Amino acid sequence: MSVFKKLATSVALAGAMLGSPAFAQDDVRIALVVKALGIGFFEAAAEGAEEAAAELGNVEIIYTGPTDTTAEGQIEVINALIAQQVDAIAISANDTDALVPALQRAMQRGITVISWDSGVAPEGRQLHLNPSSNPLIGNMIIKLAADHLPDGGEVALLSATTTSTNQNIWIEEMMAVMGDYPEIEVVATVYGDDLADKSYREATGLMQSYPDLDAIIAPTSVGIVAAAQAVVDAGKVGEVNVTGLGLPSEMAGAIESGASQSFAIWNPIDLGYSATMLAYELSQNGVEATPGAEIPMGRMGALTLDENNEGAMADPFVYDASNIEQFKSIF
Amino acid sequence: MTDAPQPATQARHVPDRLNSSAARLFKSWEALLLAVAISIFMINSFASPYFLNAWNLSDATFNFTEKAMIAFAMALLIISGEIDLSVASIIALASTAMGLALQYGAGTPELVMVGLTVGLLCGAFNGFFVTVLGLPSIVVTIGTMSLFRGISFIILGDDAFRGYPSSFSWFGQGYIYWVFTVEMLLFVIIAIIYGVLLHKTNFGRAVYAIGNNPTAALFSGIRVQRVKFILFLLTGLMSGVAAVCLTSRLGSTRPSIAMGMELEVVTMVVLGGVNILGGSGTIPGVVIAAFVMGLVTFGLGLLNVPGIVMSIFIGLLLIGVIALPRLWAMVAARRKA
Repeated sequence: MSVFKKLATSVALAGAMLGSPAFAQDDVRIALVVKALGIGFFEAAAEGAEEAAAELGNVEIIYTGPTDTTAEGQIEVINALIAQQVDAIAISANDTDALVPALQRAMQRGITVISWDSGVAPEGRQLHLNPSSNPLIGNMIIKLAADHLPDGGEVALLSATTTSTNQNIWIEEMMAVMGDYPEIEVVATVYGDDLADKSYREATGLMQSYPDLDAIIAPTSVGIVAAAQAVVDAGKVGEVNVTGLGLPSEMAGAIESGASQSFAIWNPIDLGYSATMLAYELSQNGVEATPGAEIPMGRMGALTLDENNEGAMADPFVYDASNIEQFKSIF
Repeated sequence: MTDAPQPATQARHVPDRLNSSAARLFKSWEALLLAVAISIFMINSFASPYFLNAWNLSDATFNFTEKAMIAFAMALLIISGEIDLSVASIIALASTAMGLALQYGAGTPELVMVGLTVGLLCGAFNGFFVTVLGLPSIVVTIGTMSLFRGISFIILGDDAFRGYPSSFSWFGQGYIYWVFTVEMLLFVIIAIIYGVLLHKTNFGRAVYAIGNNPTAALFSGIRVQRVKFILFLLTGLMSGVAAVCLTSRLGSTRPSIAMGMELEVVTMVVLGGVNILGGSGTIPGVVIAAFVMGLVTFGLGLLNVPGIVMSIFIGLLLIGVIALPRLWAMVAARRKA
């Protein structure tokens, strides 16, 4: 085992020669850890983080993440960040639970830890930033339809499956605020099962059953694209407006053709910006993340924490002809 | 390690390779690897002010300890001319089994037993197909790679097992003394066991013999299939040990646990100087390779180098370390001629 001995002595020598270099770091270093590098959504979030850093002045953003979306990869990244004694870690987690021990260690060593987008279990972070909330989404989808129907009209819902938890909650929340839109009538709710072809047939069926239909609201990224295509194929562009929740990259065509006036989804730039602001507040301004706390996040207002130390950033962001070009290449 | 006169039995010493110049080359390989490890250590120390810190280095060992535990058993398997690509999936299945056992109220000792047993059973499953039915190990283990993880996915789906007892977290998060982790201790113990097994026992000689020429080994009275079966069992068992450590470190089980780890294990073994075609290789080589890979990933991580660049670096390192001795040999041969 002379190999070990050699290694040991060399290591000891190297250590003795170099000593421990003193290091001064004036900037506040905030690490934005994402699920994996090379994803447009997260690149955009990093852009937002840089914007926040520029606004704050003395902040350095470390944008990092593993190659593939694994918890083990993120733990290696977290260990490296702990070693660098960064001031804060803002993470979009690949695993709710597996990251908890590593992040707890980070917190024990004085690092501020928050999660955003995809959360970590409460014991592994100080707060979690949701891009939006169910009431805000429910309100937004009907508002998008109503904005283009000043005189009221008939709208129909094209959802995912009858058992899709998210969609059902959003529709419920939407129904709760229908009182604010007395001129709008919801004539039907159909289910495309998040399959492109079934969603297309259901949308076509809606236009046949309700010839006066003014808008289709699809709170699902599969359904909204299929519905827009159905409207184009039925020659009803300009008569039926498709709206709801969708991805800019998939919806660019529908906006261009006029089948969709506008739709909504989270804005990754705002998300990265807010996460950075929150991390800064917690680590530098002594803000405590406790239920009920209101934590400022720059131009995005303030985040109000619920009993699980979670908060919703804002209304879903509206995409239309004015900004689709900018976002369609991002996600 | 003294210069005392060699005992008489030394005359009957059988080298790991018959070709003595190759044996020298082999020695130079370890020296080369060690030089690589030391230079990476030095570069890291200069490149990042955070590198030379006991706690940071301690954290960094988690990058390779679990993989190295499997790599030792894998080294023996590859030396014998076989391979096991299902090791990461065995971890997933063993971890899932531990999670299931937890649901039925198992305590820490039972959880460990379940993990190790499932590892052994998976190893036996692989070994059966390779040694009894005579199928090529690469085909069998590519199959079981999907099979074992598939079972985990069926059991868990999108869900996770969590809530492991705090005493269980000792394996993956505990410290023996100061910065020395439980995993480090396991790593050292396992390295010594496999070092002795391969280099100091009849079994180890049989492994080399089988890797060099299974037919000749058979005619020399070595029970080739039995040795190979034992090697599959050992690889399975080590995957079980790694499953215990990793599950303990993560504190939860998901079917995607340890995804892609088999390739890192094989990379570690090959980087350690084990011939991928079988017949040669040493445990100290694998030990150094484990350190090299751990130091590289941690050092690059400290510089916040993106993961994809890290993969490129590991790939280049692997090709470089393998190609250099060959190039030297070619140059030397030309000079002689």
